[in-house]
Amino acid sequence: MDEEYDVIVLGTGLTECILSGLLSVDGKKVLHMDRNDYYGGDSASLNLTQLYRKFRSDQPVPTDLGRDRDYAIDLIPKFIIASGELTKILVHTDVTRYLEFKQIAGSFVFREGKISKVPSTEMEAVRSPLMGLFEKRRAKNFFQFLQNWKDSDPATHQGIDLDKDSMKTVYEKFGLEPGTQDFIGHAMALYLDDDYITKPARATYDRIILYTSSMARYGKSPYIYPLYGLGELPQSFARLSAIYGGTYMLDKQVDEIVTDADGKFVGVRSGNETVKAKQVIGDPSYFGAGKRVDGGKMRVVEDGKVVRAICVLKHPIPGTDDADSAQIIIPQNQVGRRNDIYIAMVSSTHNVCAKDVYIAIVSTIVETDRPEMELAPGLALLGQIHDKFVSVTPLYTPTASGESDNIFITRSYDATSHFETVVEEVQDVWRRVTGGKPLVLKKREGGEGEQ
Amino acid sequence: MADAAASADKSIQVKLVLLGEAAVGKSSVVLRFVSNEFQANKEPTIGAAFLTQKCRLEDRVLRYEIWDTAGQERFHSLAPMYYRNAQAAVVVYDVTKAASLDKAKSWVKELQRQANPHIVIALAGNKVDLVNNAAASSSSTTEETSEDEPDDATATPAELAQAASGDGLRAVARDEAQAYATEAGLLFFETSAKTGEGIVELFTEIAKKIPIEHILASTRGGGANRPGGAASGSNAQGNVNLDANNQTPKNACNC
Ligand SMILES: Nc1nc2c(ncn2[C@@H]2O[C@H](COP(=O)(O)OP(=O)(O)O)[C@@H](O)[C@H]2O)c(=O)[nH]1
Ligand SMILES: [Mg+2]
Repeated sequence: MDEEYDVIVLGTGLTECILSGLLSVDGKKVLHMDRNDYYGGDSASLNLTQLYRKFRSDQPVPTDLGRDRDYAIDLIPKFIIASGELTKILVHTDVTRYLEFKQIAGSFVFREGKISKVPSTEMEAVRSPLMGLFEKRRAKNFFQFLQNWKDSDPATHQGIDLDKDSMKTVYEKFGLEPGTQDFIGHAMALYLDDDYITKPARATYDRIILYTSSMARYGKSPYIYPLYGLGELPQSFARLSAIYGGTYMLDKQVDEIVTDADGKFVGVRSGNETVKAKQVIGDPSYFGAGKRVDGGKMRVVEDGKVVRAICVLKHPIPGTDDADSAQIIIPQNQVGRRNDIYIAMVSSTHNVCAKDVYIAIVSTIVETDRPEMELAPGLALLGQIHDKFVSVTPLYTPTASGESDNIFITRSYDATSHFETVVEEVQDVWRRVTGGKPLVLKKREGGEGEQ
Repeated sequence: MADAAASADKSIQVKLVLLGEAAVGKSSVVLRFVSNEFQANKEPTIGAAFLTQKCRLEDRVLRYEIWDTAGQERFHSLAPMYYRNAQAAVVVYDVTKAASLDKAKSWVKELQRQANPHIVIALAGNKVDLVNNAAASSSSTTEETSEDEPDDATATPAELAQAASGDGLRAVARDEAQAYATEAGLLFFETSAKTGEGIVELFTEIAKKIPIEHILASTRGGGANRPGGAASGSNAQGNVNLDANNQTPKNACNC
């Protein structure tokens, strides 16, 4: 380990692995370490043994759930938006060759005590039980307006300026009821709270179009999911990095971030070895995770908490037409909260658990000092819960951009139901690490030296 | 049999992975099989860890998709994704290093625990040229020295001197490895990537043992874009191919 690297990456979460893959392809000499003996960090998928080691180390792994090897339980519930940014990165880096994807079978929204499919076209809106007759007509006009919108053609704007008018103005123009606004803003535009309503409508418009175009791509839902769990994603980018010369070390203790007199990054100490590099990138757990480290510095601070309950079910979620997988959004207004509750469910169709087992993760941003209670409206939709693993995770944000000390810290995985913010984070860190270069994806030539 | 001209039709794709300690000769074995060459002190090729080679048997043609480790075995960091769904695995050890057989055995265990239950596993005792008197005495150079394999370097100069003197430096008896392979249900060959000994036989015997019917049954329906992603009936309905839908902007936008 006496070599010197361009970049040391700490933690093999998805954000870090995408970055080391892209940096390696870009010609950087990367050393990637993780303290765990498995890939993925917080974004890993665990088998039962690993899950018990993490949540219930004092208890034996149950024998009634089938084979350990059949399990790949995600720690962070997220789905891939079919036409979203992560898909672009997967395709452009060609890591799709290591992965197989399936659709998520359905996208649902909770309204007045019931769940219904999220309508994504004017046709579906007309058939949706979510709205009464007159509201359907108004919703149809709204969807037509969105679908016909052309920036260059003012005739399609109907007097609306997406960059100036708020979403509130748009909803009012079409006379949409609050309940309809809930499913549009939360189950289609995928906002976690209602702050978007007073902001310019453009961002919401973009997000609805992303939803509907993703929906149109494969048909059942706008989401896709990798077989064997989300933990496959970081592993594929790690392989990409290794193929381009990246060095990987799992199960490696990281003891200290070594800096010089000016606080600039020098290297990483593990035991009595120090490996040097020009820059370090890592997840917050390697930088104190909210505590003072390295001479009293606060490198990351807590910015809210997420509560997640991994639920093992022996049946599909009631009301989903026995879907083998589903997303259910419970808009905050529907249950008197500030933040949505969100359910992600996958099953043996995705090779993440034994046959006839369903894994549903219920999560939300913590608002009170009794976080598990906050999940109750979501848990209530699941029917009988065979087993449940609840965790409360702080969300960390770095206190500095890293440009002055070459220490680049990534953010924790947020409460959103998809990977769009992960990609934004990758783009942001990339910009900081490369001194302002935007991330431009190039197609890998010749695809991994195939002969 | 390594027949590049084999017709592109009806060949059956088989995902084959290489496993074993660093520096036992995994990449060299593949290079010998795919290109029939050997390069002493070959640096790992940047950007290349995936090769294909046809293998023609009397009644069928297989197309091996061979995945190399990309060096991730060096610090025990090979991702499970690497051997997931493999239909064949070559677990390599170095006949001059006893410890490399132990590592090979632990890989076999891992595969039997985690991999596709129908996987065909072959054990290859490589570098047999070093212990074969005729070959060893003709090998007068020290080209096998590997300089920057951090923890599992190959033969030391002293050992090579011994090799050059024609003395066996065999550290794993053929019978011992054969007995283990038989017990564990593995194919077994001693090979030399350097001379080519045993290499073609290795891949041909694997090809004969692949349960074709099983692969065909599980790939029916197609649509999967993962090489060899045929195991466990995963190609039923609902699979999506990300690349197929992304033709238009590929060259145009560079985004
Ligand atoms: N004498 C001899 N040397 C070999 C043989 N196979 C590989 N080597 C050498 O062993 C070293 C490691 O080989 P490599 O293929 O990189 O091993 P890998 O790390 O397992 O992929 C290189 O210096 C090779 O030239 C062999 O069959 N005979
Ligand atoms: Mg190699």
